[in-house]
Amino acid sequence: MVSVHSEQHQAAALAPESVKIMVAGGFGVGKTTMVASVSEIPPLSTEELLTTASDGVDDLAGIEGKTTTTVALDFGRITISPKLVLYLFGTPGQDRFWFMWDELARGAIGAIVLIDTRRLDASFAAVDFFERREIPFVVGINHFDGAPHRYEPEEIRSALAISPGIPIVPCDARQRDASKLILIRLIEHAMSRLPAAGAKATA
Amino acid sequence: MAEDETQWFDEAAGPLVRPYAMTGGRTRPGASWLDIATQVVTVPSASERLGLGPEHQAILDLCHRALSVAELASYVNVPLVVIKVLISDLMDRGDVVVRPPAQALQAPGRDLLQAVLDGVRAL
Repeated sequence: MVSVHSEQHQAAALAPESVKIMVAGGFGVGKTTMVASVSEIPPLSTEELLTTASDGVDDLAGIEGKTTTTVALDFGRITISPKLVLYLFGTPGQDRFWFMWDELARGAIGAIVLIDTRRLDASFAAVDFFERREIPFVVGINHFDGAPHRYEPEEIRSALAISPGIPIVPCDARQRDASKLILIRLIEHAMSRLPAAGAKATA
Repeated sequence: MAEDETQWFDEAAGPLVRPYAMTGGRTRPGASWLDIATQVVTVPSASERLGLGPEHQAILDLCHRALSVAELASYVNVPLVVIKVLISDLMDRGDVVVRPPAQALQAPGRDLLQAVLDGVRAL
């Protein structure tokens, strides 16, 4: 049995650390586009059965409702080193999939909330979610070609009542460099919210 | 409600029936703390595959290099709630080991964030 355990230790040693960043915002704001622009693999997705995933064991009774709705959770991967992997999870857009957000957010570095200036209200719920849970986030203004007017970040801040400390970054989710930049802004923002380095020992 | 309205056949029943058949009707994983980003690796001397379904075997084949719970759900093409049950079966058998995300509950610390920052800058 000793050898079995040592094999398990060896296998565990092969597993990298993993970290998560969420890409949130309303339906159609460009979440999957952003994930795709920086992911090393084409975005993957999972399909979730709402009735089974939401309420657990006893919910088989719910099949009378014939709920065959599925949600695709899109995500990408950035292998930073053999020991560290970053996952980017695009949050499901529709309200009834909120139950998935808590697992996505657990232990996450933070979130990028993408905003389409033609439909500001579509991203309001995401801003609210991260503010309430004190999860670090930055706002990305995804500029769509069809948008009539380019809003200044401060106009967006005022329209969505975003706190002064939250970075608001214009971006083009299709561009790898723009997506990279907003990831950097988020990680820097998350670091700025940590307790001062001197306090680390007691943390 | 008329009785015939509650009966499903063929494709109508498919999306719900198949995941439950795979997990023997269970919806709760033995290890409910499995996160979407938890890393799963196959133990090289994984025991005889007797009694394992094709989805279990697919996980063992895929995890010769570490993959996350979410990646496995996507590659095996089952919902997250199902893949977690299958993974916990394999954990019970000692066929896979898992590594939870860096900080399962709290936000990541400064050293880890710095490593991620350096990595993203270098992309």
